[in-house]
Amino acid sequence: MNILVCISKAPDTTSKITFTDGNTKFNEDGVQFIVNPYDEWYALVRGLELKETLGGKLTIISVGGADYEPILRKALAIGADEAVRIDANPTDSNQVAAELANYAKANNFDLVLLGKETINYNGSQVGGMMAAMMDVAYVSNASKLDVAGTTASIEREKQGGTEVLEAQLPCVISAAKGMAEQRIPNMRGIMAARSKPLNVIAASGAAALTETVSYTLPDAKGAVKLIDPENVAELVNLLHNEAKVI
Amino acid sequence: MNVLVFADSFNGSAVKAAHEAASYGAKIANGGNTSIVTYGEISESSMNELASYGITNILHANGINDMDPARLAKLVEAAANETGAEVVIFSHDYTGKSVAPMLAARMKAGLVTGVIDYPSTDGSFTVKKAVFSGKALAEVKFNTEKKVISLLPNSVGKTKTEASANVTVFNPDLGTSSVTIKEFKAKGGEGILLTEAELVVSAGRGLKGPENWGMIEELAKELGAGTACSRPVSDIGWRPHHEHVGQTGIAIRPNLYIAVGISGAIQHLAGVNGSKVIVVINTDSDAPFFKAADYGIVGDAFTVVPKLIAAVKEFKAAQA
Repeated sequence: MNILVCISKAPDTTSKITFTDGNTKFNEDGVQFIVNPYDEWYALVRGLELKETLGGKLTIISVGGADYEPILRKALAIGADEAVRIDANPTDSNQVAAELANYAKANNFDLVLLGKETINYNGSQVGGMMAAMMDVAYVSNASKLDVAGTTASIEREKQGGTEVLEAQLPCVISAAKGMAEQRIPNMRGIMAARSKPLNVIAASGAAALTETVSYTLPDAKGAVKLIDPENVAELVNLLHNEAKVI
Repeated sequence: MNVLVFADSFNGSAVKAAHEAASYGAKIANGGNTSIVTYGEISESSMNELASYGITNILHANGINDMDPARLAKLVEAAANETGAEVVIFSHDYTGKSVAPMLAARMKAGLVTGVIDYPSTDGSFTVKKAVFSGKALAEVKFNTEKKVISLLPNSVGKTKTEASANVTVFNPDLGTSSVTIKEFKAKGGEGILLTEAELVVSAGRGLKGPENWGMIEELAKELGAGTACSRPVSDIGWRPHHEHVGQTGIAIRPNLYIAVGISGAIQHLAGVNGSKVIVVINTDSDAPFFKAADYGIVGDAFTVVPKLIAAVKEFKAAQA
C-alpha cells in the first residue's frame, strides 16, 4: 500500500504566543517547533502500523521552507520511508491543500492521512480541501482505522455517538485521538533518518484565498474571585446576579 | 447579499448550533435572502424553528440520509447556485468541519473556520477566529467573491424575527457515495450532549475514583448541565472518552464551566478557555486553573460539591 502522511509543524504547546511585524506574523523567536501532534501521534503512527502489516511504502510531505527539515527528519526517524518538501511559504489552507493535492494526484497514493487539525491554526481545513481537489472520499476525525483490500474501516466520534463506516480507497482520512499511540524515535531510527531521501520539489504556485491581517491577544483575565467554602450559596448568587449564567 | 446556511440534522431535528448559524446568516444577509439547506428526516416544528431566525427559503434534501461529506458538499454547492449565495455558513461542529472545506475547494471560495463574531464588511470582508488553541485571535480577510464561514457554536447567540420560510424539496443529483455508514453507536444515557451544553460540570483526578462521580452528575442534573472530564480521567477509564475536553479531546465554549478537582494544565485549558465563565473548585490554592478562573473555591470537592448541590436546589426552588 502506498501511503502519504501530511505533516505540519506547530509551536510546542507551552510556547509563549507573541507577534511581530505590526501584529501580522507569529513571532518564532525562541519558539520550539514540534510535529503537529495530530499528524505525528495518530496519522503517522497509524500509517506506519498499516505499512508494517500490509507492506508498501510511507511517504511524508510538508509544504514549507527549509525550516521544515528538522520536523521531516523527526518523522523519518519515527519510521517514514521518505520525505517530500514542497518549497513554499503558504499563507492559507487553500494554498497548502492545492500543493498537497497536486502531488498526491500525480503519485497514486492509496491512502492520505493527516491530523484532524493543527494546534496553531485549529482550522480542520486541509484534509477536506485535498479530498475535494483529488475527487476522492473524505472521512474526518477518525479514531480507528483498518484497511483490507481497497476498503478502509473507520470509526469516528460525532455528535451524540460513534459512527462506524467504510470508505473506498483511495481516500483522505483525518486522524483524532485513539487511532494510535505516540512512538518515540530510537537511536537506530534517528541514525537511519539521516540517510533517508528528503526530496525538495518546486511549488505549483497555488493561490491563497484568505489572508490574516492581524493577530491580537485576548484581554487578560481579571483576578479570580474567591468564595468562602463555608458559604457556597454565595457562588450561586454570583453566578445568577453577577455573571448571569444561571 | 444572499446567504446560505447549512443546517445539520440529528434525530429528526436541526442541531441546536444550526439555529445560531441561521440567525448569524440572516444578520449578515442584511436584507438579502437567507436560505437554509438541510437534509434527511427533519420535523415540521424543527423547520419552523429554523425559519423563525429570519430565513426566507428552506431547501430540504429529503432524499438523502447518509452523511458522506463529499455528497453533502455537492448538495450545498447546488443550493448555493440555486439561491445565488455569496456567503455560505456552517456550524463549526463535526459535520461542518468535514463538509465546509470540501465545499470551499469545489467553489474555489475562501474559507475561515471557527469564526467567533460577525464579519466586518467595511471595505473588505474580514472575520475573527481563535488561533493557537485559544491563546490568540486572528482577523482574517477574504480575497474571494464567494466565501465559506464556519461559526464556532455559542459565539454570537441568536435572534428570532417574524419571518416564515418557504420550504422546497430539493434533491439534486449528488452522484454515488464511496463512504458507507455501517452503524451508529449512540452514547447511552439521557444526558445533555456536551457539544450543545450551555452549562458544563467537569471533574478530574481530584475525585479519586469513578465511584465518586455521582455528585458531579447530580450537580449537572440540578443545573441542566452537560458533564465533562479531564484527559487523565478518560485515559484511565474512569469516564468515557467522549467526555474528555482539552487539546486532544474536544474544545467547548459553554456559558459556564465548573471544574472540580482539575489542576488546569495548559492542554486542558486549550479545550475550555473559550468558556464565558469559569468556576474552579480545588483543594490546592496554587492550582494553575485558578489563574484562568472567574470564581474559585479553595476546598475539598467532597464537602464543597454537596453544599453546592444543596445551594443550587434552593436557588431553583426559589426561582420556580
